[in-house]
Amino acid sequence: MIRVVLPAHLRTLAHVDGEVTLDVEGQATQRSVLDALEACYPMLRGTIRDRVTQQRRAFVRFFAGEQDLSHEPPDAPLPDAVAMGAEPFLVVGAMAGG
Amino acid sequence: MSGVRVLVGTRKGAFVLTSDGKRERWDVSGPHFGGWEIYHLKGSPADPNRLYASQSSGWFGQLIQRSNDGGRTWEPVGNKFVYEGVPGTHLWYDGTPRPWEFKRVWHLEPSLTDPDIVYAGVEDAALFRSIDGGQTWQELPGLRGHDSASSWQPGAGGMCLHTILLNPSHPERIFMAISAAGVFRTDDAGQTWRPMNRGLRSEQIPNPTAEVGHCVHRIAMHRSRPSVLFMQKHWDVMRSDDAGESWREVSGNLPTDFGFPIDVHAHEPDTVYVVPIKSDSEHYPPDGKLRVYRSRTGGHEWEALTKGLPQSHCYVNVLRDAMAVDSLDPCGVYFGTTGGQVYASADAGDSWAPIVRDVPAVVSVEVQTRP
Repeated sequence: MIRVVLPAHLRTLAHVDGEVTLDVEGQATQRSVLDALEACYPMLRGTIRDRVTQQRRAFVRFFAGEQDLSHEPPDAPLPDAVAMGAEPFLVVGAMAGG
Repeated sequence: MSGVRVLVGTRKGAFVLTSDGKRERWDVSGPHFGGWEIYHLKGSPADPNRLYASQSSGWFGQLIQRSNDGGRTWEPVGNKFVYEGVPGTHLWYDGTPRPWEFKRVWHLEPSLTDPDIVYAGVEDAALFRSIDGGQTWQELPGLRGHDSASSWQPGAGGMCLHTILLNPSHPERIFMAISAAGVFRTDDAGQTWRPMNRGLRSEQIPNPTAEVGHCVHRIAMHRSRPSVLFMQKHWDVMRSDDAGESWREVSGNLPTDFGFPIDVHAHEPDTVYVVPIKSDSEHYPPDGKLRVYRSRTGGHEWEALTKGLPQSHCYVNVLRDAMAVDSLDPCGVYFGTTGGQVYASADAGDSWAPIVRDVPAVVSVEVQTRP
């Protein structure tokens, strides 16, 4: 089970409170986690990754275990602590603007 | 009982303002989608309970929201806007080619007859249409495929398709306007388009009378007379009496002919409203006096409407989509400001009162009339 923390605006959009938990088949990677997230919450499509290119949106960041994973390849394995559910995968709106 | 519903898009959410036909006491609902930019929301003429909203954010991109109950509840629908074929390039601010890239939806225009059909004007400029209530979107690529498209350049706010006018008596004919390309018209429901900019003169471009390249801020028409168009250009207020084939200036005695919105009285096709702004770099009213100008003669002769509007130290702007009229009698006129005020006039502009004073900067105002 993967734990995902969404930023406030996306929690509102997805009608969820607190963490989201996901069952991810196969290896836990950014892509597989986000695919599972969007399958459960289709309204999030396009808000974290571009609808066409599937690239991370510029002002969205991915953190886990106090590390910035934003620039890791999308198919790189996530840390064991995330894959095991000990640590959440954080989707963060970058500090910018107002 | 008659009434109105005013749909207000702001930099940080949407507001729905409702009143009875007197338009004196208002119920304010919102913010909806708090924290998100709501560039535009508009109701279907065919089903007033069907509303569409363009919700966007620099962080999380574009969403389209739909309501089936007049704005009480909303659901996100399709947000996949993909240009047809190879996108090609337009010109960037520095004159270099730049690939078309979808950024946001500026304007949503529901069909006059079918609540599930809605058009979207987007940045970078293109026209999309949904025929399933916003679930899926398809580009009408004939516009972006026009021979001139590779020469289009963005205005200061981006290369946006911001105005879509549907023609009630000729459904195949659509007008739209792009900053800074100009006005285009289709007579075959969007397959092919022609520039409609003859008569425009813009000193800010190398050829002031070029076929395209004009920074048209807004166009408007009266439903009963769709061959007559009014335009607020970057500078100049213009009029066309031949469905856009040619334009002539009708700025007349306006204190400045720079501005953004323009609209037409619901029952008097020659009564037109503008809000003059001092200049292209001074986006506020001349002399700090917020004045709507009304012409009852289709242009040239304009009168200042000031009653109830601030006449000192006022330095707000009124953006291009932030003015609308209702169809009650007398006609109601509404506009929103970048200072967060929404003003209403229940007497065709003779007097004004704020509905709200302190909402976020207003981007768009639309009105639905309940007979």
